[in-house]
Amino acid sequence: MSLHEWNLTMPRHPFVGLANYAQILATPSFWQAIGRTLYFTLVSTGLELLLGLAIALLLNRPFRGRGLLRALVLLPWALPTVVNGIMWRWIDNPDYGALNALLTQAGLLHAYRNWLGSPWSALNMVILADVWKMTPLAALLLLAGLQTIPRELYESAAIDGAGGWRQFLGITLPLLRTSILIVLVARTIEAFKVFDIIYIMTRGGPGDGTMTIAYYAYTQAFSSLLFGKGAAISYLIALFILLLSVGYVRLLRPAQ
Amino acid sequence: MRKLLAPLLTYLAAAAVAVWILAPFAWLLISSLSPNVDLLSRPLHWIPRHLDFSRYVTIFTSSDPVSSGYTFRRALVNSSVVAFLSTLLSMAVGILAAYAFARLRFRGKGSLRLLFLATYMLPPIALVVAMYFILGQLHLRDTVWGLALVYSSFITPYVIWLMSGYFEAIPAEIEEASLVDGCTRLGSLVRVLLPLAVPGLVTTAIFSVLLAWDEFLYALIMTSSVAAKTLPVAIAEFSGQYMVDYGMMTAGGVLAAIPPVLISFLLQRYIISGLLTGAVKG
Amino acid sequence: MLTRRRTAVVALLAALAIGLGACGGSTSGGSTAGGQGSGMQPAQQTVTLRLLTMKQAAYSDQDVQAMAKGFEETHPGVQVDITFVPYESLHDKITADQASGSGVYDVVLIDGMWTGEFARAGFIRDVTDRWTPAMQSGIFESSKDIVRFNGRLYGVPWINDTKFLFYNKQMLAQAGIQQPPKTWEELLADARLLKQKGIVQYPIAWSWAQAEAVICDFGQLMFSEGGHFLDEKNQPAFQTDGGLQALQFMVQTLKDGLSNPHSISYLEDDVRQVFSQGQAAFALNWTYMYALANDPKQSKVAGQVGVVPTPAFSGKPAVGINGGMGLAITKSSAHPDLAWQLIETMSSEPVENKYAALSLPIWKDSYQQQSVIATGPELVQAAESQFARMESRPNVPWYNQMSTELQKDIQSALLMQATPQQALQRAADFTRQLAQQQ
Repeated sequence: MSLHEWNLTMPRHPFVGLANYAQILATPSFWQAIGRTLYFTLVSTGLELLLGLAIALLLNRPFRGRGLLRALVLLPWALPTVVNGIMWRWIDNPDYGALNALLTQAGLLHAYRNWLGSPWSALNMVILADVWKMTPLAALLLLAGLQTIPRELYESAAIDGAGGWRQFLGITLPLLRTSILIVLVARTIEAFKVFDIIYIMTRGGPGDGTMTIAYYAYTQAFSSLLFGKGAAISYLIALFILLLSVGYVRLLRPAQ
Repeated sequence: MRKLLAPLLTYLAAAAVAVWILAPFAWLLISSLSPNVDLLSRPLHWIPRHLDFSRYVTIFTSSDPVSSGYTFRRALVNSSVVAFLSTLLSMAVGILAAYAFARLRFRGKGSLRLLFLATYMLPPIALVVAMYFILGQLHLRDTVWGLALVYSSFITPYVIWLMSGYFEAIPAEIEEASLVDGCTRLGSLVRVLLPLAVPGLVTTAIFSVLLAWDEFLYALIMTSSVAAKTLPVAIAEFSGQYMVDYGMMTAGGVLAAIPPVLISFLLQRYIISGLLTGAVKG
Repeated sequence: MLTRRRTAVVALLAALAIGLGACGGSTSGGSTAGGQGSGMQPAQQTVTLRLLTMKQAAYSDQDVQAMAKGFEETHPGVQVDITFVPYESLHDKITADQASGSGVYDVVLIDGMWTGEFARAGFIRDVTDRWTPAMQSGIFESSKDIVRFNGRLYGVPWINDTKFLFYNKQMLAQAGIQQPPKTWEELLADARLLKQKGIVQYPIAWSWAQAEAVICDFGQLMFSEGGHFLDEKNQPAFQTDGGLQALQFMVQTLKDGLSNPHSISYLEDDVRQVFSQGQAAFALNWTYMYALANDPKQSKVAGQVGVVPTPAFSGKPAVGINGGMGLAITKSSAHPDLAWQLIETMSSEPVENKYAALSLPIWKDSYQQQSVIATGPELVQAAESQFARMESRPNVPWYNQMSTELQKDIQSALLMQATPQQALQRAADFTRQLAQQQ
């Protein structure tokens, strides 16, 4: 299909080889969507990793109520994506949203803002919703990684006089490498395919500010009836994901 | 001083995490129980002046076949049926394939594995038209069976992924003994291997149910009537071009969230083990 | 596209299907071939007609079901099966259904701008020869535009709609304004006064979200200026006089604080909510808002809602934007004659008059009927003058692609990221290319 000019408003679907791909690669809006998706992927994955690591370190310490907190951490992950989108759209609502109310009543804002009303702000709000939902997953994976690190390593490091920070850099991070890699690859794949939450929260707007690549493929296929193009874009997305994943593995593989 | 500070900081951090996780949930729940007047007021009433259960009542009692409440109830049933059917299908196919991966040697094993990974990288939008076409040919469009079939196509790889991990963790000698005793391969799988892999089975089934419960794009395209519409689609429709009913949206959201959230809360152990099995092999 | 991967998926699906054995789902009722000739089938054989329409359309879902019931009563042996989807999904549903080569719907509801696209794609049938003389002469000429493409008719209008100016009577009285505005200039002057007196912070609410909604408001203003989307050669014309002034007008009202700044993310229903909460003095919206804004259960301003025809620019004629929708027969339908009878019934004058409370009729005569006038004298009066002078969005097969680009560019101007000239130029360049590719 991606090799045909599959415009449904035309009676015939001639075979056009790679012309669809050539056309897409020459379209500025495609590259803008790729850029936006990269931003979404990097920021959301980065935040999920950092916050996830912080939560994992916290859960790795013994304290009362740890079991309960670990159970709570799973909840956002279990929330259906569509519900998550609706929840955040409601929180971000310009006229009746909780976010506006909270910030104005706390004195941080003096007028209600339209969080989903400008391209940057909307994209960041979608990222926030995604981070809230997916951080727990990262935290649990990293926590599992932390628990495989033998205690003796820390003890001997402490005897050598290494402080907490040095221990973290010297022992924790290198040994977490595999877990970090897993989180990065899994979240990158998911972030690159992001669709549901965009559909619910912003539908690609405002001003195409949240038009990510998967949503772009959807609109090409179903709003503009260019099925060939939609299919071609999808394969390009898969290619991008592959490249990114290979890149990560290269970066984080221990030198052999 | 330091002795005191560290636990205090830990508790503060833990409290912060708990609030960050629970606040949006709480707001969703409160919104669904607030009367409209409070929902749309400025400044916002954080605590509703009285609890308004009318939306839940509407959802569970409205008998009018075109009302959103009725649609929602049907969608709840559809979602459950689809989740059950697709889990059953995926598990049946996936377990056999996982067994083959874990125990048999055949050509192209490695590349098949990669193929599964590749399907995971491909966005569903690439397949949705083809799937739609196939369902049309089978006369299964807009049916729960059709949707379950489509879901199985992407859940099965997950099942294979997870189950082959669990199978590989079980020493092969145990089965070999049973094979010597005259069991067929299938017999030994059913009688010996599966009972040993029960925790793995439970985990995989939970994942499969959650995946099916959550899926949106295929359901959006493949279903249109109450005969097969699933919850995510029904909830998304609460906000159309006309009639954005925030109250109904939040109430529907709460109801749709209850099953998966309960599952994850009660069966946490299994989920975490599944996440790790799936991840470690990656 | 038949890569190994897809083959694998297909094989898997096929294997599953075989595994399922005969657990088939619902078989479509009465898929007998033909169905031509007389629409009356033998009574023992039930024929199912599938109708795809939208939720919360002008007519309520209950109304549509009642219409179908009425049809079933006069056509024994025929069963009408209705599917309601939200407007946002309607276009994509029809596309997916017909594109797969095995569509299930017989009759579909189409928006005016899709007619060309669907007609050229071969999704819907040419029904010009089925139109009766009574229909030809009795229906508003501007309503026929909804289903017209290249001079042929591809369906029958069913929902007649255009945008009206709604205003809050109490607020206007408070500000000492005697008459609702007749021109856009008066509207701005009134809004300024309301703002100065502190009666309402942002007097006007619009639906300018990145969706078809913003095109409707932009188009409305452009038509008022005498502009058009495309010229006779289907080349872009919106970047010149009318369109440019319309967009400048929109941006200016935002800068002056006369329009609610959140308009940029409002759909039509958000506008209704803001108006119903008493947070706007003026709102431009479709017919449906009248009943809901006057409903005390849904609105704080019930009883204070006034409605007048959409303003004009001073010295220019008033033109409304055509927001009507029509019913069409799909290519895949096995019962085109029955499908036509259903469409004929649903859009007939008695039926349209009977359900006029939520959606005004397409028939000129209806506006003299007491029962129709009684549904809302103010609205009917405003409607009659406006339905006679409506202009449509262009009916070209590539409308959706143009609209998508234009939405994005108009928004960039409203967000002050580009000047109106730059924004419209960008959309025009894109549209020129589109027109060339056809």
